[in-house]
Amino acid sequence: MTRALVNVPKTAKRGEVIEIRAMIQHVMETGYREGPNGVMIPRHIIKRFVCKYGGEEIFSAELFPAIAANPFLSFSAVASESGTITFEWTDDKGETQTASADITVT
Amino acid sequence: MLRFVLLAAVAFSSMARAEIPSKDKRSGFDFMSPQTQAMQSDETSNPGMLWVLDGERMWSESQGKAEKSCASCHEDAAKTMRGVAARYPAFDEQTKRPIDLAGRINRCRETRQDAPPLARESNELLTLSAYVAYQSHGMPITPAADRRLDKYRENGRAWFERRLGQLQLSCASCHDDRWGARLGGSVIPQGHPTGYPLYRLEWQAVGSLQRRLRGCLVGVRAEPFEYGASEYVDIELFLMSRAAGLKMETPAVRP
Repeated sequence: MTRALVNVPKTAKRGEVIEIRAMIQHVMETGYREGPNGVMIPRHIIKRFVCKYGGEEIFSAELFPAIAANPFLSFSAVASESGTITFEWTDDKGETQTASADITVT
Repeated sequence: MLRFVLLAAVAFSSMARAEIPSKDKRSGFDFMSPQTQAMQSDETSNPGMLWVLDGERMWSESQGKAEKSCASCHEDAAKTMRGVAARYPAFDEQTKRPIDLAGRINRCRETRQDAPPLARESNELLTLSAYVAYQSHGMPITPAADRRLDKYRENGRAWFERRLGQLQLSCASCHDDRWGARLGGSVIPQGHPTGYPLYRLEWQAVGSLQRRLRGCLVGVRAEPFEYGASEYVDIELFLMSRAAGLKMETPAVRP
């Protein structure tokens, strides 16, 4: 099972710029390495990351083989309303991992 | 005659290892770049926390034929495991030898959970060790005062000071005599095991002290010991007493 660690402030004032951080456990295997038996290790990376705030996409990223294992992403957003921020990582095998955090805007 | 004695004294003093005085003892953390320090200090950016959180889940998962979890006996790790990693390796009554934390976890699996031991350096064993060691985060290293450990600790010290491999370097050649200087582009730290299991950027994963020792052994072109070898445990025992007083940092981040 993969682990994700997301960090969103629990509360914020309306209009405030908040920092959002997301990290996930993933090997990010490049596909360019050989295993101990000399056979190439197949590529296995996270291809896409999407962050939604109240159902609306506010940040997304495409990831590539040069990105290190356990990718950490940090970005900012404007706190507009109370709601749920969801995170979604999709990898080469089509597997999707999700996480979410709630924010209260006053 | 006097001249001979003086020469012998000079030769002896230059051979004696310069042990690091306690006021100069510094964790590897202090030798890192501010960026890597920030990565370790903030638990939301420290990748080692992914293992710790996973370990929290494993702690209460039933294992083996006895269908017991760690929590079945030890209950809340935050209370029962606090300070444990800071005093390990401890004396093991069964084998009459020191045992390290990972070895202790495997012993519990075999005797209490009736489950097969986890392979050394396997992700599961590292995950559980990281979770247990995390409970001692911020506590000073206080080696077990058991006198029965002394001879093993001395054996660890002997390995630390023994010149090894094709390069004929001992641990002490770098980590006692040349700490603070550079080896290639990297600063040589004092070699204190304050944050194991730790996340090494080079490994892109969490690894044990034994993996780190293996790296140095291969580096001086010596034959490394097998994972779980008693020599590693003795060396860890010595290193922990050498690092006494420094704070536990598990899960640390190192370049």
